[in-house]
Amino acid sequence: MKITDETVRHVAKLARLWLHPQELSQLVPQLNDILEYAATLQSVSLDGVEPTSHPFHEVNVVRPDVPRESLSREEALRNAPEADQGMVRVPAVLEGGGGA
Amino acid sequence: MNYETIIGLEVHVELKTDTKIFCGCRNDSKSEPNTNVCPICLGHPGTLPVLNERALEFAVKAALALNCKINQKSKFDRKNYFYPDLPKGYQISQYDKPIGEHGYIEIEVNGETKRIGITRLHLEEDAGKSMHAPDGSHTLVDYNRTGVPLIEIVSEPDIRSPEEARLYLEALKSIMEYCDVSDCKMEEGSLRCDANISLRPVGASEFGNKVELKNMNSFRFVQRALEYEVERQRERYESGEPVVQETRRFDEATQTTVSMRTKEEAHDYRYFPEPDLVDLDIDDAWLERIRASLPELPSAKRRRYVDELGLPPYDAGVLTSDPKMAAYYEAVVAAGADAKQASNWVMSDVSGALNAEGKSFAECPIRPEHLAGLIGEIASGKISSKQAREVFKLMWETGKSAAEIIKEKGFEQISDPAQLQPIIDEVVANNPKSVADYKGGKERALAALVGQVMKATRGKANPTLVNEMLIEKINSL
Repeated sequence: MKITDETVRHVAKLARLWLHPQELSQLVPQLNDILEYAATLQSVSLDGVEPTSHPFHEVNVVRPDVPRESLSREEALRNAPEADQGMVRVPAVLEGGGGA
Repeated sequence: MNYETIIGLEVHVELKTDTKIFCGCRNDSKSEPNTNVCPICLGHPGTLPVLNERALEFAVKAALALNCKINQKSKFDRKNYFYPDLPKGYQISQYDKPIGEHGYIEIEVNGETKRIGITRLHLEEDAGKSMHAPDGSHTLVDYNRTGVPLIEIVSEPDIRSPEEARLYLEALKSIMEYCDVSDCKMEEGSLRCDANISLRPVGASEFGNKVELKNMNSFRFVQRALEYEVERQRERYESGEPVVQETRRFDEATQTTVSMRTKEEAHDYRYFPEPDLVDLDIDDAWLERIRASLPELPSAKRRRYVDELGLPPYDAGVLTSDPKMAAYYEAVVAAGADAKQASNWVMSDVSGALNAEGKSFAECPIRPEHLAGLIGEIASGKISSKQAREVFKLMWETGKSAAEIIKEKGFEQISDPAQLQPIIDEVVANNPKSVADYKGGKERALAALVGQVMKATRGKANPTLVNEMLIEKINSL
C-alpha cells in the first residue's frame, strides 16, 4: 500500500487533526518509510500459521459480575473542562452523529 | 409498476448484568448523572478493561436462542469515531469475529411460518447519553450508560413488509425475555432498533438505494416509519426521481421521516483488534453449560400448547408471547384447570385486569391455583359463569380463594331441585301468559320465566337446572 497526500488528508480528517501543508509534505514520505519497514515482515512465510491479534496465548480473562465503588461525582467531573447539572458540558453537537 | 420492499433490522439490547461490561461500576443508567463512572469507563489513560463473565454468557445464551452458530474463537475490536458520549474516542465492539452468526427467528405471517435470517450477534459497550440544549448552545453528557453491555443483532434483508418487521421485533423481544438477559423496555432504551429499507421492482435481483431509519421508540413507530418510507420511496420511483442513500429520522409529531443530512464520510471506523483485551475461546464444555441454562423458548412452547394441551394456535401465540404470562398459565393448568378454560380466563379477564392496573403477570393478585379453583367451581356447577365474574372481582381485591369467597358471600348456586321446586311452581302459577306463549310455540317466553326464577333466588339458581325444571313443570300442566 502506498501512502499519498490523499490518504494522509483523509486520516487526519478522521482524527480531527489540522495539518499544515508543510507537515503534509513531510508526513507522506515518513509514513511510507514506516510502512515499507514494516512490510519486511510480509516476506516471512506464514503458511499454516493462524492469525493472532496478541503476542501472548492467554484467553478468556474475565471478572465476576460484582459491583464495586465508582468515583464520586465530584471526582468524576474534576477533569471535565466544564460541568453543568452534574453533567459534562461540551460544545453543541449534531444529533445522531454518534450512537452505539 | 409493482415494487418489493426489502427491510433489514439492527437491534441493540442492553444486558441486565449487575455491572458494566469492562469495569465494576453498576449497570444502572437511571441513577443521578455521572455517579456510576470510574477511570475505566471514562477512558482515562493507563486503565485496562476486563470482560464481565456474565455479559459474555448472556451474549452466548442470546445467540444460542436465536439459532446462531457460536464462534468458538472470538475477539474484540476498536471502532474509532469521535463523539462526546464516547469518552475513549472509540467503542469496544466486535468486527470480524462476532459471538454468533447465521441464526434465524421464526415469525407467523398470515398463518404461515416464515424464517428471518440473523446475520450476526455481537457484544459491545454502550455509549453515554447526550442531552442537547433546546437553544442549540451546548450539549450535556451523562456517562452512567457508558460501558453498559449491549448485544447488537443484525437481521438479513429477509423482511418484506413493515408488518413483518414488527412481528420480527416482537418475536425477538419475547426470546430475549425468555432468556432473561434483558429488560427489553423500548421506552427506556434497553431495546433499540434501527431499520434499513429499500424498494426494487418485483423480479429484480439488485437492491435499490437503501435508507437507514433511526429514532423509533416503539414497535408501532417502527412499523409506522417503515410504512411511510415505503410510500415515499415508491412515489419517488414512480415520478422518476432517485431515492437518495441517506439516514432519516422518524418524527413522532408528524409521523413522517426526515433526512438527517449526516456526513457519509464518517462511516470509516478504522477497526482494529482491541489490544487491551485477550481473545475468547469458548470451549464445548462451557458452551454446553450455557446451552443447558436455556429455558423452553416461545416457538417450542407454542408447539407444545397446540400439540399437548390442544389449544388453538391463536391462544398458544398469545400465551407464549410473554414468559411471565406463560408461567402463570402453566401454573393454572398444573393446578388442575381445563387447558382451554384456563386459556380463556388468562387471556381475557386476568390479562385485562393486569393491563388496567399496569401490572405484570408476576404481580397478579390472584394466585394461579386460586384461578384454577375458580374454574373448577364453574365446571362443577357450583357457580354460574355470571357469578364467576363477581367472584373473580372479589378474588382480585382480597387475594382469597374462590371457595372462601363463595362461602362468605353466599354465592353458591342453588342446584337442589327440592329447594327450587316451590319457586318454580310459584313462577309458573303467577305468569299464565308466558306459560301460554311458550305452549303456543314461542320458545323465547321461557327466558322470561327463567328470569323470574333467577330474580326470586337473587341470581343463585342453577340456570340449566331451572330451564329443565320449568319445561317439565309446564309440560305436566
